[in-house]
Formats: sequence, structure tokens, C-alpha cells
Amino acid sequence: MKRIGIDVGGTNTDAVLVDGERIVASIKVPTTQDVLSGVKAALSHVINAPASTGLSVDAVMIGTTHFTNAVVERARLERVAAIRVALPTGRSLPPMCDWPRDLYEAVDPMIFMVHGGHEYDGSPLVPMQADEIRNAAMRIRDAGITSIAISAIFSPLTTECEVKAAEIVRSVIPDARITLSHTLGRIGLLERENVAILNAALQSLGRTTVQAFADALSDIGVGAPFYLTQNDGTVALADVAAANPVHSFASGPTNSMRGAAFLTGMENGMVVDVGGTTSDIGCLVGGFPREANNIVHIGGVRTLFRMPDLLPIALGGGTIINPQTGEIGPRSAGYRILTEALVFGGSTLTTSDIAVAAGIVEMGDRDRVKGLDRDLVRTTLARIGDMVADNFDRMKTSADDVPLIAVGGGAFLIPDKVAGASEVVRVKNAGVANALGAAMAQVSGEVDQVFSGMSRDEALAAAETGARNAAVSSGAAQDSLKTLEIEDIPIAYLPGGARRVRVRVIGDIAFG
Amino acid sequence: MLQEFAEENIEPLAIGAWILGTGGGGDPYISTLNLRRLYAEGTRVDLMDPMALDDDDMVAVVSKMGAPLVGQERLGDPVHLARAVEVMEDYLGKRFRAIMSVEIGGSNALSSFLAAAVLNRPVVNADAMGRAYPEAQMTSFAIGNLPMFPLSLVDVRDNEVIVTRAASWKWMERISRKVCTEVGSTAATCKAPRTGREVKEWGIHDTVTKAVELGKAVLDARRRHADPVEAILNHEGGKLLFRGKVIDVARETTGGFLRGRTVIEGIDGDRGARMELAFQNEWAVAFRDGEAVAMTPDLLCLLDTVSGSAIGTESVRYGQRVTVVALPAPRLLTTPAGIAAVGPRAFGYDIDFRSVFP
Repeated sequence: MKRIGIDVGGTNTDAVLVDGERIVASIKVPTTQDVLSGVKAALSHVINAPASTGLSVDAVMIGTTHFTNAVVERARLERVAAIRVALPTGRSLPPMCDWPRDLYEAVDPMIFMVHGGHEYDGSPLVPMQADEIRNAAMRIRDAGITSIAISAIFSPLTTECEVKAAEIVRSVIPDARITLSHTLGRIGLLERENVAILNAALQSLGRTTVQAFADALSDIGVGAPFYLTQNDGTVALADVAAANPVHSFASGPTNSMRGAAFLTGMENGMVVDVGGTTSDIGCLVGGFPREANNIVHIGGVRTLFRMPDLLPIALGGGTIINPQTGEIGPRSAGYRILTEALVFGGSTLTTSDIAVAAGIVEMGDRDRVKGLDRDLVRTTLARIGDMVADNFDRMKTSADDVPLIAVGGGAFLIPDKVAGASEVVRVKNAGVANALGAAMAQVSGEVDQVFSGMSRDEALAAAETGARNAAVSSGAAQDSLKTLEIEDIPIAYLPGGARRVRVRVIGDIAFG
Repeated sequence: MLQEFAEENIEPLAIGAWILGTGGGGDPYISTLNLRRLYAEGTRVDLMDPMALDDDDMVAVVSKMGAPLVGQERLGDPVHLARAVEVMEDYLGKRFRAIMSVEIGGSNALSSFLAAAVLNRPVVNADAMGRAYPEAQMTSFAIGNLPMFPLSLVDVRDNEVIVTRAASWKWMERISRKVCTEVGSTAATCKAPRTGREVKEWGIHDTVTKAVELGKAVLDARRRHADPVEAILNHEGGKLLFRGKVIDVARETTGGFLRGRTVIEGIDGDRGARMELAFQNEWAVAFRDGEAVAMTPDLLCLLDTVSGSAIGTESVRYGQRVTVVALPAPRLLTTPAGIAAVGPRAFGYDIDFRSVFP
């Protein structure tokens, strides 16, 4: 099984070619303005590496920050229509009522609230009225909008209203691209609806991005199917991913953590991924990043969906040091490090210069940092160590010492001894852990539902079956399925021993 | 005696109320959005000193009841809280002078404001708990042995219920909870109407201002990069009980309540020790290495160590860095009648109440 993994980051584009579990070739190139020429350069390099001769590629996995950037920059977003099936509830808080003004204007939505939806126990709230939805659809069609988000109250429990509403809309607008909130989010109507609308706004960008990647691949002669990596450390076929851009929001750090697990063979532990500007600390559980269980803001919008639980630190290989005070960051030379850092002939003191001066790493011209004050070098390294230790401790889940895996281009900044870490694990190829994580990605299925009127065991079993089916329909091989997480929370005030159960299942991609 | 409640006080009120909710009362986010929208439309609410009420004034006591999870889907609407008040007025044939919240803890702190904004009445600067508690018999009015009926309950589908009599506060709680469950586990209620005299005598006064000032102290500390937890302690004359990391959360629902315990492993000065916080919707008793060291009615608050934000019993989770603090209870709750209603025994713990405050 030969796969190529690519990670398109803000600073670097990394690529690896793996054969089974062996890394055949790898490369790190600067991310280009147009993104694609950098992707092509990286791809060509790994395919044309001497060791790759004669190998054909079975799959290409791409991790990209493209979709998050569009939301953050309020650019390349499409006009959407939002239909919420929830009246008579929620009238005072219409869809997008908590969005930042500028993002709201960028999306310029048409908003409809109609009757229907369900209760927590699956019974209808009030009957849905087909006419209301048909009328909304006609107005959406007349406005020329084709990207539509539909949300319904308690849809993660009962999908019926969203599915029926979509059928009605499609009967009026046959080419509508419809996002149903239950396919993306969890319980919490506003947050789930926000995710659905963000997703709808990214439909055009999703398609053009995937098409551009497809063209880049065919330009250099790779005909293999390609996938986009997802926030939870799994992949989706490019066409599926194009329809669900929000699933690719935080895939970069996730890929790094998956790569760290793969490179070290460790399933549990902490990972620090040191980039050019920032580092992320996360926790590996069973080889996957632990997920954030709470609200995540994206471009100022409240959301609640599958995202890795990460602690960002303003520390990277390009972080600027104040030579007078020894203060670290938060500014960074970023991608300009290759011209601005002292060792590369520039005049800015960066963490990389300190590391070279201390003999921790070799890069650029060592002579240019020979004159640095010894005390400054020593105290700066000590401060970096304290920063890492403090943030590491914040993310740990127990007082016991646990291993810390250091990956990313700036991994050399992590000291060999970190308080609270049983060891600092370093591995070869740690610099391209993210591309490797992409290459090794699997597919997953999830259920997050409220069950009532059954025992805890029955509820867990029902959820697990649902999650397994979801994984298989996303392309997982049945015999490779593994249950990754089971979590259940009993719910106050609800009768019948109601509990909310979340199960996530993971499996290898079923090829052919 | 009437003072306009400024728009910039909405956020501090929500932050302070969430802390005073002692783990329960529900996240005020949805209510905050609702109140902000009403203000954006030009509505303003006046705040009224309880001592300015005439003895025979009528005061509506409003409350949103139900499961927080249902509230996350149904997104409470101010018109239903207002409707509960109108239904009660129709039944009584009398007009309410002003509106107050049953509890100042969590999202209900804003319920009076939402109803008041729709009905154009003032909000009384008082509540009936000075914090959050799960049941009707845990209000100051119940401790004062005042009448517990009638009660109106309104749901979104045009169902309107009036409970005309109940044998006791506990019966009122049982009946209204049953009806609430039937209509989808969320409803707006207007509780037993109070006279101005009753509010003056038995209300817990100035709690709206207290929540706002507490919220402002937190925001100010964050702005100055000072320690928000310390700001809370200074502001309320509170006591720091424990610093640590959540290592276990066990939850179960019995009798319609969320019960369980959270285990916190000490760090810094508390390294090597453990604190267990037992809860029933709200934090009830704190055990340090097995010994009960703080308990209701003292306010036990679980705070995010860095931001000072309150953490609810529904959202506490493994790995969070937390600080446990105790804040002094309203005096009424620490009287013998108060202890009987809301002391540890009212929550099933065979412990004598001992305050952490001298």
C-alpha cells in the first residue's frame, strides 16, 4: 500500500511517500502564495525521489488550512440560505444571531424559521408544514442561492425533519447543495446550526479547492484517489470532503499528533508540535488526539463539533527574542526566518539563533551567533523550558509523569528534560510528522444521541452499532473497525433514565 | 428608586450569576443573547430597590425550569416568561407592579429581565435564594413559611397551566415538575405571587447588583492580567478551599436530579491532597481527603483557575484546572430554618452544618 501524505501549512508544505509503514521519501518546501505550485513541487519531489522508482501510488491524503483561513479572512465565502425547523421555539434567536457583524455580512444570508422539529424523546414538537418550506425554497430559488443549511430542533436524535425539509427544497431547487445540521454537529441548536451555515458558505470553495488539487495531481501524473484529512485524525474522499469543508478545519495539528503516534509507536502520551510561529500541545489517547468537549470559536462563531483539544503556545522556531530583556515572543519572524534570523544573515534574534548558539541544532552560519552573550543564551533556553513545562502540565490529565513527544520543524526547542514528563521522545522524520499523519489516516464514524427507555448497556450497544454503520458508510473496512471512545452522561429532569451517549469508531480505508 | 439597567451591565450580570449559581442554574448564554437583542431593539429595563415597594404591591416571581440540555435546543424565548406572568395576572385579576427572579444563580438571574423587557415593568433588585438551588422549598419565601400557590406554567405550544393550590412547598415542586416534564422538560413559570411587604421581609435583597459587581470584578481582573479568582475572593470575602485538576467525574440521575461527585487532585500548595465535590444540580458538599470541610448553604464554586469563569456540574470534565472557593451564604440561609431547608441534611448528608466563615 503506497500513499502520499501532504500537509499544506501556513509556512511550509510537507510531503511524504510511504510504502506500508516505511517512509520512502519526504520533503519540506515553503508554502507558495498560490498554494498549488508548492503542492506540486512537494509531490514531484517525493514521486521522483530515487527510492520511489517503480512504486505506483494508491492514495493521496491532503491536509489543508484553506477553509479555516477563508472564515478567518471573511473571504471566498458563498451567499447562503438558512432554514430552521423549530417554531414555535427559538423565534427570538434567529439563525446567525450570535455571528460577528462582518462575517454575517460576508455571508449575506437569507433566513427562514418554520414550524416543526422534535423533542428529546423523539416525539414531534409540532407538525412540520410542507408549505412553509416550499415557500422558503421558492424565495431562495428566486434569489439565486444554491447553498442551503437546514437545521431542526433535536435533529441529532431524530433526523426526520431535516431530511424531509431537504427533499422539499430539492423538489424546488434540483441543484441545491444542502447541508443538514445533524450530519455535522451535536446537541446545541445554535452551535450546530452555526456549523451547518459555515459549511454551506464554504461549498464553492470546497469544490474549487478539490478541483485544483485534482488538477495538480493529474498535472504530475498521479491518478490515485485522493482524500482530505479531517479534524478528528481521519480522512474523507475528496468529493465527500468538498461537501463538508468544516470537517477539515483543524486537520493540521491533528495530522501532527497522528504522525507522532505513528513515528513513535506510542498510543498514549502528550505531543508538542513546534512550528514556525506557534506550538500546539495535545494529548494522544489510543493514537488519536483527545477531542475538545466544549465550545470552539471559529472566526468568532460559536461551534460545537469534533475538534482536537489543543493548547496553543506562542513559541516557534521563528519566535523573536528581545536581546535586552531576553523576553520571548510573542512576535515571530514566521516564514521570513530564512532571511531575518541571525544565522541566515539577518538582524533579528530568534529562538533558532539561540538554539544554534547553544549547539542544540545546526542551521545557517553558526559563526554569526558566536558573539551572543552566554548568559542570554542560557537564561533564554531556561525560559523556553519553563514555558513548555508550564503548558505541558496544563494539558496533562494526571499528576503522573507521562512521555512527551516532540515533533515539527522546531522540535529542537523542546528541552531534553521537562518537569512532569517521564521522557522527551524524539524521532527521525519528526519534522514531517504532519504529512506522515495525513498519509496514515483512517476513517471514522460517530453517534451522539440521547437514548431513553433502555438500560445503559442497551443504549451503549445501540450507539456503538450506529457508529460502526456510519464508519462503514464513510468507507471503512468492516473487519478493521475499532471503538475509540465511549462516553455517556445521564440527563437531569428527563424521565426514563435518559442518557446522552457518544461513541466513535475508527477503521482502515476499504480500497477497491 | 428606579434606575435604568445599563446595557454594559448585561455581561457582568451573566458572569456573576454563573458564579453564584454554584455549579447549577444553567449557563446564562442563551438568556444573555435574548436580553442583548431586546436592548438592541431599544428596550430598556429599570431596576427597582425592593425597599421602594409598597406593602400591598404585587410582585411576580418568574423562573425558567427544566433540563439545561433541552434549553440548548429549544432556546428560551422571552415572550413565554412574559406570558406566564400575564396568565397569573388574568387568574388573580390584579396587576404586578414589578418582577423578580426566583434565583440569582445561573441563567434564571436574567429571567426577570426578559419578562420585564417584554412587559415594560421594573425588575426588583432581589431574588429568593441568593444563589441557585434545585427545588421550590429551598427559597427564602419557603423558609419564611409564606403561601406556595398559585403557580402558572406556560409552554411553547399554547399549553397554559395554573396550579391553584398545593399542600406544601414540596408538593408544589412535585406537581410543577411533573407538568414541566410532560411538556418537554422545559417551561416558563410564574411562582406564587408576593406582596411588596413579603419581598421586603423575606426577599434576599440587592442580589442583582451583587452579581453585576462580582462580574465586573472578574472582567476588571482579566483586563489587568490580574488573578480573577483572587478578585472573586476579595470581592465576596470568600475563602480559597483547593487548587487542582479534575481527575474524575461521576454523574447519575435519580429522582430527576443530576447527582454525582467530582474528584480533584491537588496541585501547588494542595499537592498530595484530594477534594471531592458532591453535587445535586449545584455543588453541595466539599470533602478534603474524606472529611467534609465546606457545605451548603455556604456557596461552593468551582472556578476555572485561569479565567475565573464558573464551571457547571453539567460541563465539568476530566483534566480541567480548577480552584474551589467558598463564598458566604445570605444570612437567612444560615438561620435554623434556613439550615433545615437548604443545609446538608436537605441534600441527604448526615452532617451538621459548619460554615467556613467565622
